Amino acid sequence: MTDELPRTDAAADSVGDTQFAAGEPLLRIEGVAKRFGTFRAVDGVSLDIKSGEFFALLGPSGCGKTTLLRMLAGFEAPDQGRILLGGKDIAQALPHERPINMMFQNYALFPHLAVRDNIAFGLKRAGMARADIATRVAEMVALVKLDGLEKRKPDQLSGGQRQRVALARALARRPQLLLLDEPLAALDKKLRESTQGELMELQRRLGMTFIIVTHDQEEAMTMASRIGVMRDGKLAQVASPRELYEAPRSRWIAEFVGDINLFDGESKLRDGHRLVIGTRDAGALVVAEPREPVGAGKFSVAIRPEKVKLSRRGPVREAGHETAINQLDGVIADVCYLGGTTTYKVKLDAGGMLQASVANSARLDVDAYGLNQPVVAWFTPDDCVVLPS
Amino acid sequence: MSARRIFARPARFAAIAPYVWMVLFFLVPFGFVLKISLSQTAIAQPPYEPVFDLMAGWGALKAAFAALSIDNFKLLASDDIYVFAYVRSLTVAVTATALLLLIGYPIAYGMTRLPTRWQAVAMVLVIVPFWTSFLIRIYAWINILQHDGLLNQILLALHLVSQPVVWLSTDSAMYIGIVYSYLPFMILPLYATLAKMEPVLEEAASDLGAPRWQVFWLVTFPLSLPGVGAGVLLCFIPIVGEFVIPDLLAGSNSLMIGQTLWLEFFTNKDWPVASAAAIVLLVVLLVPLLLYERLQKRQLEQVR
Repeated sequence: MTDELPRTDAAADSVGDTQFAAGEPLLRIEGVAKRFGTFRAVDGVSLDIKSGEFFALLGPSGCGKTTLLRMLAGFEAPDQGRILLGGKDIAQALPHERPINMMFQNYALFPHLAVRDNIAFGLKRAGMARADIATRVAEMVALVKLDGLEKRKPDQLSGGQRQRVALARALARRPQLLLLDEPLAALDKKLRESTQGELMELQRRLGMTFIIVTHDQEEAMTMASRIGVMRDGKLAQVASPRELYEAPRSRWIAEFVGDINLFDGESKLRDGHRLVIGTRDAGALVVAEPREPVGAGKFSVAIRPEKVKLSRRGPVREAGHETAINQLDGVIADVCYLGGTTTYKVKLDAGGMLQASVANSARLDVDAYGLNQPVVAWFTPDDCVVLPS
Repeated sequence: MSARRIFARPARFAAIAPYVWMVLFFLVPFGFVLKISLSQTAIAQPPYEPVFDLMAGWGALKAAFAALSIDNFKLLASDDIYVFAYVRSLTVAVTATALLLLIGYPIAYGMTRLPTRWQAVAMVLVIVPFWTSFLIRIYAWINILQHDGLLNQILLALHLVSQPVVWLSTDSAMYIGIVYSYLPFMILPLYATLAKMEPVLEEAASDLGAPRWQVFWLVTFPLSLPGVGAGVLLCFIPIVGEFVIPDLLAGSNSLMIGQTLWLEFFTNKDWPVASAAAIVLLVVLLVPLLLYERLQKRQLEQVR
């Protein structure tokens, strides 16, 4: 493993970083829109990305995330809006004129070139000296741990090795911005998880700015420092993984990111900073008032399954001093053992279904709940998120 | 009996079938031609001797074998006419194949850039000439190229020439005919390789800093080489032996080997010399082909 990438050679500077005013975002996307026929693939997206960020564009297929990425790379030209990189509008620049590189979804390695020549491809185009190219290629090979495979052709590599070649090839030019289009989608689960860690490590070490496109919310949450959730060509929410999960801005985001219980209802009472919401399926729920104050009307109460605790029937005390506020009686309707956790479906007496995810903290859990066992499901007002219906 | 053994027999037959075909329709006729090439011409029926007669007994057969000679091959090597014919055939084939590649490649490349619906239309347009007889199409070219033909009329109308150009019985006419006739054989394999190439590879190249022309020369063209090879072989080999097009469109002052062969066989009734010329042609074509294949195999092994 190389410790630090030397950034001294002159050729690197002609390809790599240019300095710009501190505090300015590296990349500014301003009202970018792209239409294919009558389909609005990207519909007015504005976004700032700071230098050194690991940003994820997350969304279901067809949400426009890939089109947005392709506009950053230069494969599509936006119909409207500006794309500023280091203060310069590059929206209409051709792909080969941008200091941006991309790692393609299925790697797009050149099948007729050896690993070494795949990595050197971009360096040769930049007119780097031969000796410098050899040094840089060796650095990259060491960086992604491909030693000894330099002379292989792509079809003689495993999926994981190909992924590394693609990464090395995209990193070799030291782009100001690296775009990753579903970079791990073709790997199996174990390899994907270890590669996620390696990618994050690399990004921190190189101090580079990464934008990753993915439909896998776990992948986005694991790797990115900020996530932009896209839906129907628009950015639905841009937030840190934690904020996205704990304070989703809409019902759709809450359902898209992770599992969630949702109960529709109307606000009934305000008690200090607490709201009482009458729901059809779970009775009256006491919830903390959201940061942005809400008026009367229809709401959804959202509770993540792991925030729901289960107890045998009887009075439940939370932390020993206060009676838990939201206590819902029900019967276990389904048990799903997942190893680390067990997911219970509780059929509430009030009519609804509530999912609870309980950590299996003991190996021999004699207290595990069985089918049809009457239980009390409970959670605090702060565990609930109030969303406009 | 296990299922494996029941299926083994037809499977084995299927594996042998191509060899049976090759022996029956290539090796056996080749043996005849080889034998005739070693015989001497005679005014008889058939027009050569010795004639193998299996009924005549062992002694006669031995005498017939003794009568075989390689005189015809010596004649081919010593007479300039044949050497020139071979050289001209190869020159024409190389030039025509190069022209075909230069014209066919942009057409095939352009076809892959069309919307899918139009690609099918373009494909049909490439194949449609095959629905008319080859001979009729060459005669049509005679019509187009003659003194007051379509080509001269157009050139005169555009004031590109002031006098009608003599096209017929020139090499230009022959090249026009050859390129026209063989173009589909160049376009189809090229199109097949170019169409299955992933466009994302070209995007990757331009993402890595290659302008359009570099994308083409560094990625698209090298990856289309198998198609180029197939197209070149499909055109080059039959053009070397081409008879009809040079006979109808080119002048009679220098002949290609196909024409020489025809002349020996039908006009001079010299079957042995014609056979010898055919065998030399086969060797001239096969040897480079085998060398090329062996080279490819070795390169493949080196990579492994």
